[in-house]
Amino acid sequence: MGKTVLMQGNEACVEGAIAAGMRFYAGYPITPSTEIAENSAVRLPQVGGKFIQMEDEISSMAAVIGASAAGVKAMTASSGPGFSLKQENLGYACIAEIPCVIVDVQRSGPSTGLPTSPSQADVMQSRWGTHGDHPMIVISPSSVRETYDLAIRCFNLAEKYRTPVIFLMDEIVGHLREGIEIPDPKSLEIINRPVRRYAKQNGLPYHVEEGKFVPEMLPFGQGQRYHITGLAHNESGFPTNDNKEAGKLFRRLLDKIEKNRDDIVQVEQVMCEDADAAVVCFGGTARAAITAVKQARDKGIKAGMFRPITIWPFPEKELEELSKKVKRIVVAEHNDGQILLEVQRVVKDNCEVDFIGRIDGSVMTPREILTKIEGAK
Amino acid sequence: MASELINKYMRPEHLPHIWCPGCGNGILMRDVAQAIDNLGLDHDKVVIVSGIGCSSRAAGYMDFNTIHTTHGRAIAFATGIKLANPELEVIVIAGDGDISAIGGNHLIHAARRNIGITVVVFNNNIYGMTGGQYSPTTPRGEKGTTAPYGNIDRSFDIAGLAYGAGASFAARGSSYHVQQTTAYIQQGILHKGFSIIDCASVCPTYYGRKNKKGSAVDMMKYQRDNAVMQDKAVNMSYEELKGKLVIGVLAHTNYPEFTAEYQKLIDRLGREAEEREREGK
Repeated sequence: MGKTVLMQGNEACVEGAIAAGMRFYAGYPITPSTEIAENSAVRLPQVGGKFIQMEDEISSMAAVIGASAAGVKAMTASSGPGFSLKQENLGYACIAEIPCVIVDVQRSGPSTGLPTSPSQADVMQSRWGTHGDHPMIVISPSSVRETYDLAIRCFNLAEKYRTPVIFLMDEIVGHLREGIEIPDPKSLEIINRPVRRYAKQNGLPYHVEEGKFVPEMLPFGQGQRYHITGLAHNESGFPTNDNKEAGKLFRRLLDKIEKNRDDIVQVEQVMCEDADAAVVCFGGTARAAITAVKQARDKGIKAGMFRPITIWPFPEKELEELSKKVKRIVVAEHNDGQILLEVQRVVKDNCEVDFIGRIDGSVMTPREILTKIEGAK
Repeated sequence: MASELINKYMRPEHLPHIWCPGCGNGILMRDVAQAIDNLGLDHDKVVIVSGIGCSSRAAGYMDFNTIHTTHGRAIAFATGIKLANPELEVIVIAGDGDISAIGGNHLIHAARRNIGITVVVFNNNIYGMTGGQYSPTTPRGEKGTTAPYGNIDRSFDIAGLAYGAGASFAARGSSYHVQQTTAYIQQGILHKGFSIIDCASVCPTYYGRKNKKGSAVDMMKYQRDNAVMQDKAVNMSYEELKGKLVIGVLAHTNYPEFTAEYQKLIDRLGREAEEREREGK
C-alpha cells in the first residue's frame, strides 16, 4: 500500500513522470501548465535530475530531445500557444526517433484565447500539429490518480517505440485536487528504451533487427559514435535522397505505431454492456459525463460511457464494436467537434450520433449531457 | 598533415563534402578537428551539434557523436545534451544566419547562462544553402538575392553580441588565419563556460559573385590583407576599421558555469536530505 496524499493534476503529472524515470525537464512558463514546471524545478534536483527554464518553448523542446539523445528520460509541458511552438522540434523527435514526453494542458480558444479556462480543442493539433506524415501517440487522463499512472505510461510508450508521446491534459484535470494513493514504486512497470549493448563503430545505428519495430539506441558518449539527423536517413543514420530508402523509413515510422495499436490503445467503458445510449468523451469531460450516465440509469435509461484514454491512434475497433450494440452515441467534448469527426468516420450508419460541445471556456454540466442522453428516448 | 586529420577525425566514406570549390568551411572544419587533436580529447566524449545550412553539414563529416538538428536550434539541443551529461564536450557548429537570425535568442541566453559549450560560427555573410539571400552579417550596402539593390540592414557583430549577452569567452578568427583560429577554438574548448569563436568564412559562389569580390583566392587574400588584431582594433576609430576584419580574443573571463552550479545544487539537496534522515525528521 502506498501513501495517500492530496495532489493537483499537474503535480501528479510530475510525480508520475519522476516515478517513470524522468530526470530532465526543460520548459517555459505558461498557464495552465506552469505548476508542472514549478514542481519539476523543486523535485528533479532532489532526485539527481536536472531542470532548466529555457528562453522559449522552442528551445525547451530542443533541450528535451538533446537530453534524451544523451540517454536521460526527458519531458516538457506547455499549453495552446506554447504547444504550437513545440511542433517544429516535435517532428524532429518523430523522424530521429528520440523518446520524450510533451504535456499539453489545454486551454481555451485560438491564440492567447482564454488562458485560464478549460478546453479540449487541441485534439487535432496533437495529432497533426507538426508537418508531414508522422506517427503520434496521444494519451489523455481524467483524474489526478490517472494522471499519475498515465504519465508513467507516456514514458513507457515513448521509450518502447522511440517516439514522442503527447500527454493531452486539460485545465479541468490539471488544476483539479484529489486525494490519491501513490503506488508503491516496486509495483510499477517501467519500460526503458531498447539499448544497444555492444559498441560497434561504423555499425548501422538505425538498423531494425528482425521481429523488432525500432532500432536499438545508444546514448551519446557511450562508445558508438553515430549521426542523428532530421533529414530522411537510411540505416546508417546518414541523409539519403533515395526514394526507396526514404519511403522505407517514413513507412516504418507510421507502422511502428499503427501495427502496435492493440498495445497502445486503451479505452475505458463504463456500463456499456447493456447500454442503449453511450456518451463518448475524454479527459476532464468524463467527470461530468459519468455523473450524467448514473443519473440516466436512475431514470431507467440504459446509458454508458465510452472514454478513449488513448486519443491517437484513435480506438476505431473498440468504438465500431460499441456502435453496433447501442442505438445512440452522444459525443461530449470541450471543443466544437473534433473527436466527433473521428466518431462519425468510424460509426458510419451503425447508430445515431449526437453532439454536445463547448467553446466559451465554461464547463459542461452533467445535466446538459443528461439532456442529450434523454434525447434518445 | 591534413590527411592524417581526415583519417582520424572525419568520416571519409561521407567525403567529399558538398561545399563549393573555394568555400572557407572546409578549412574551418579542419581547424575544429585540429583543436580537438591538439587537446587530445576522447573521441567518444565529443558531441558536435549543428543546425541547418551549409556550415551545419560539418556534423555529418566529423567522426564524433554528431547531431544535425533544426534551423537555429543547435545551441538549444546542445544545452540539453550538456546539462544531461556534463562530461561530454559539446561543440556547436553553426552559420551566421542559423546562429544570429533564427537562433539569435538561443545564442544570447546560452551566453547569459554561461553553459559550458563551445560555439564555432562559420560566418560567410550570406545564406548559402538557399542560394545567396542576405543574412544578419551581410555588411550594409552589399548585395544578396533578397537585397538586389544593396542591403539596408545594419550587420551583426556575432562575437560582440555574445560578449554583450555575457559570454565568458569570445573570439574572432577567419578561414585564412588557420593557426590563430585553431588556437582560439582550443582556448574556447578548454574554457569552463560559454565560448564562442566567430570565424569569417568565404563564400565565393554567392557572396563573392553577387558582390564582385573576385575568386576564392582573392577573398582569402582580402582576409589576410585586412586583418587587424583585437588589441590594436580597440584603439582604432570607426572610420579606420571600415572594411577591416578584426580577429583575436575579445573576452576571456571567469564566471560560474551553469552545469557545475546545478551539480552543486544537487549535492547540497542530497546532503540536506541525509542530515534530515540522520536527525530522524
